[in-house]
Amino acid sequence: MSIIQLPSMISASPEIFLAGAGMILLMIGVFRKTDGTGVLSMATILCFIVAIIAGFLYGGQENAFYGMFITTSFTQFSKSLILVGSILAVVLANDYMKTEKAQRFEVPVLILFATLGMMMMVSAGDLIALYIGLELQSLSLYVLAAIRRDSLKSTEAGLKYFVLGALSSGMLLYGASLIYGFSGSTDFLDIANVINEQKDNLSLGILIGLVFLISGLAFKVSAVPFHMWTPDVYEGAPTPITALLAISPKIAALCLFIQVLIGPFSAIIEQWQQIIIFISIASMTLGAVAALMQTNIKRLLAYSSIGHMGYALIGLASANEAGISGVLIYLAIYLFMNVGTFGCILCMRRNGQAVEQISDLAGASKSHPMMAFALLVFMFSMAGIPPLAGFFGKWFIFLAAIEAQLYTLAIIGVISSVVAAFYYLRIIKFMYFDEIVAPLDKGLTKNLRTVIYGSMTLVIIFFLAPGTLVSSAAKAAKSLIGVNG
Amino acid sequence: MYAAIVFLPLVGALLAGFFGKIIGDRGAHLVTCIFMAASMLLGAVCFYDVALQQNAQTITLFTWIESGNLKAEWALKIDTLTAIMILVVTSVSTMVHVYSIGYMHHDPHNPRFFAYLSLFTFAMLMLVTADNLVQMFFGWEGVGLASYLLIGFWYQKPEANAAAIKAFLVNRVGDFGFALGIFGTYLLFDTIVLDEIFILAPKYVETELTFLWFSADAITVLTMLLFIGAMGKSAQLGLHTWLPDAMEGPTPVSALIHAATMVTAGVFMIARLSPMMEYAPDTLTVVTLIGATTAIFAASVGLCQNDIKRVIAYSTCSQLGYMFFACGVSAYSAGIYHLLTHAFFKALLFLGAGSVIHAMSDEQDMTKMGGLRKRIPLTYWLMIVGTLALTGFPFLSGFYSKDLILEATFARDTGVGYYAFYIGIFVAGLTAFYSWRLIFMTFHGECRAPKSVQDKIHESPLVMTLPLIFLAVGALFSGKLGYEFFGGESMKAFWGDALLVLKENRTIEAAAGVPMWVVLLPTIMFIVGTSLAFYCYQLKPDLPKTLSSKFSGIYQFLLNKWYFDELYDLLFVRSAFRFGHALWKKGDGAVIDGLGPDGISSMVRRLSGQAVRLQSGFLYHYAFAMMIGLIAFASWYIFGFGN
Repeated sequence: MSIIQLPSMISASPEIFLAGAGMILLMIGVFRKTDGTGVLSMATILCFIVAIIAGFLYGGQENAFYGMFITTSFTQFSKSLILVGSILAVVLANDYMKTEKAQRFEVPVLILFATLGMMMMVSAGDLIALYIGLELQSLSLYVLAAIRRDSLKSTEAGLKYFVLGALSSGMLLYGASLIYGFSGSTDFLDIANVINEQKDNLSLGILIGLVFLISGLAFKVSAVPFHMWTPDVYEGAPTPITALLAISPKIAALCLFIQVLIGPFSAIIEQWQQIIIFISIASMTLGAVAALMQTNIKRLLAYSSIGHMGYALIGLASANEAGISGVLIYLAIYLFMNVGTFGCILCMRRNGQAVEQISDLAGASKSHPMMAFALLVFMFSMAGIPPLAGFFGKWFIFLAAIEAQLYTLAIIGVISSVVAAFYYLRIIKFMYFDEIVAPLDKGLTKNLRTVIYGSMTLVIIFFLAPGTLVSSAAKAAKSLIGVNG
Repeated sequence: MYAAIVFLPLVGALLAGFFGKIIGDRGAHLVTCIFMAASMLLGAVCFYDVALQQNAQTITLFTWIESGNLKAEWALKIDTLTAIMILVVTSVSTMVHVYSIGYMHHDPHNPRFFAYLSLFTFAMLMLVTADNLVQMFFGWEGVGLASYLLIGFWYQKPEANAAAIKAFLVNRVGDFGFALGIFGTYLLFDTIVLDEIFILAPKYVETELTFLWFSADAITVLTMLLFIGAMGKSAQLGLHTWLPDAMEGPTPVSALIHAATMVTAGVFMIARLSPMMEYAPDTLTVVTLIGATTAIFAASVGLCQNDIKRVIAYSTCSQLGYMFFACGVSAYSAGIYHLLTHAFFKALLFLGAGSVIHAMSDEQDMTKMGGLRKRIPLTYWLMIVGTLALTGFPFLSGFYSKDLILEATFARDTGVGYYAFYIGIFVAGLTAFYSWRLIFMTFHGECRAPKSVQDKIHESPLVMTLPLIFLAVGALFSGKLGYEFFGGESMKAFWGDALLVLKENRTIEAAAGVPMWVVLLPTIMFIVGTSLAFYCYQLKPDLPKTLSSKFSGIYQFLLNKWYFDELYDLLFVRSAFRFGHALWKKGDGAVIDGLGPDGISSMVRRLSGQAVRLQSGFLYHYAFAMMIGLIAFASWYIFGFGN
């Protein structure tokens, strides 16, 4: 009698749960007589919370699906960040749809599926698993970006995102097939073994495959020169979707980046380090310089996030434990700064219409003192002014770069953060030193207020107790380097 | 107890300065005047004890600096010289404090004014009691600061601010010399304590000091540097330009700081350092030359000035010249003697002038005065006393001290000595002339003031006239009383170790043997000068005008103060401005800003514009950029592979 041994699946239970829940929620949405956006949003948030808990309960060292699915402290950490980011995005989106009276029950469900994709990306132990996760995430996001079909800008953003995203997927896929062709396997561990064997005589095919793979991933983190979609999509997409785009997919893509480069390709650090250093410098510089001339605050934040990804890539380029934990800390702080900032942008309404120009903030310190103060905190934090959280994010990253003797990178990082400080401070100048031209609408919804002030508090008090975050990030980094190092 | 003399004014200054709002005008008056008066009484006791009973002493308060061999303590060196200075400073200061209550009663910033006055007094006392050079420098800078604050007291007036800055800057030149002198002294003697320096000085007589390729006698260099400091503070020729402008300050300030005390600090310093000076004959020659030249310069300019305070200011400058050349011929005792008498009669004249200005509703131009004799008789008679004392009327104070200086200068029996002597004699005539000119123009003849001013002319209140009377008593009798100690038999015992005069330089003893005509000449010059003034301004009032138009060259030269200000403006001020302007526009503006903040920010802006232009919005541009990036990376590895 033959026993059919099913692959172990226990550590993938959060993902399996989310997949099932997503289907059910979709059905509920479709067959409900009345609009179910609010209910579905709540349900989605609930699912995310369950997923976080399940991740901690079942995410052991045991790999699922014959090693196609990996869980470590690193994946747990990054998944938690992704889920928190998605929860906040759902809160913002639900709130936004209510105010705009544009309820679509698909939004929370799509966010759920995108998040599921991201979680699978992060846990990928195989090139095919990687690609499936990535596409699940991307396809959901394309739709989300274009969710306001009646808005020209939104559809344009969705279309641009889709076309360029498809191009990048093509690159990634081509790279994956080159790697498979030259190594004979799609499994990360096997690839790692092959590369280890031919370390001194690496075939050019694997290297070119890696270049394609990196290019595809660089698109997801919107690193220069694969960043071009970012400003247009950020501006065109509905604001809470922009917030989502700025947070969870970025975190996921960056973690995947780390997972892949530190994983199967750890033996050829010197090779890929060159590209990462280049795109890191290019992103920091462009993010700082191009944002100076922006008048639209969402576009400005697009460049700002390009810059932030540049800083995070410094940590990856360092390729040491300090660097990886630095990236994780940076991403965690980045998450809250961005959610808060987008929350503030959602407050910017005049006569019931959303406004997005920086100049619309003129005199906000008088009409909306609390909101203005919160935005001031976020801007100072993004500019890296101590003792706010953003300062520590940069601090750990630069420390890692210096430890890895990447002095040029650290110096350029510091210089570009000085340049970037200009446009962050310009927003503050508008709010605090300019006269009110036309006041913004009063009144914030409760959810928005909770998100903004909650993030603000975290950003402010981070320096009091950075220990938890720092130590868990260090543990996560250790698990990654420890396994593959 | 003697420490209280120094610190009581400081306490007064702090109380009035920091709590002026709380204690009010009246409180500030009371606090500062009472503390000053207490200080003056203690000063008198000190004078009796130290100078007359020969109880010279040094009181160490606490250590200030101790670093390696450099040791400076806060210590009060009180000997006869200091005691005299304390007496002069505290008594004149007290009178000025009291007088100011009346003079400043219209001013809204009384507490500040009195705080500054007391602060000045503290710094001046610190200066004269210094037991080492650094402490003296502390007082030196302190009086400079107080002088700056008081000249610019009416800070709403642009002239007052300009004068304050000028005083500060010109003094800085002198102070720089002083500071260099202190550095050099430490270099040579390895100490800055006065008593130790004085013991060591004779041993270093032949020492050479080499700096770069320049080598000179060490003590001469040091004393010259220190003398430059004295020149700045005492407004000697070259560094005198600030003193006339300093008259922008309130009149009591002029009386206290710019006549009686601070400007005499230079003379005090030379006398204090006599044990060094005596070993530097070249420096003494220079001191004599500068002093004599200043005397004639200032007196000649004083002839033509029409501002009542400026006439007295130039007179002060001129009298300081006397004191300096007295020191230059080693007649330190005579110099200090003149310092003492001058303090009384010059403060009297200044405060009298203040009383006149007060009566004339703040008018200072003598051409708009006249005929005040009957309207303010008390002030008139007090001014007459001051003028007689200044011009050397027999048996008044100036007569004794000036004659002693001139006789000692004659007895010096050197070329420079005779130069100073003849200038001194001539200046005595000039002094008489311009002093009486002042009296005649102000108090005699017809009143030239507008009707509105004339109606308000009134005698000053008692609080202003009482100090005048006190000072007048000093001006009348201080000469006679002091002669015994400053030039007579008791001189040696009186001074003790405070002054050092080498055997071959004992000019004051030698002065007893000068011919009769030398003794009489100053008095004759007094008569000549007085008569001339009487003739020009009483008998023939048109004569000065005719003369000034006839000799307009000389007149303009004198009126414009020998063109010193213009010369300095041309040489230093304008070139400094040009230099500063060039540094500002070209150095800071073009180079630092241009390449630094402005240059970088404009470059970043340009880059930003270009980066934004890349973002065209066209999908195929974006895709193209991605492909370019991909191809660039791939090429990098393909062509760089294997390296």
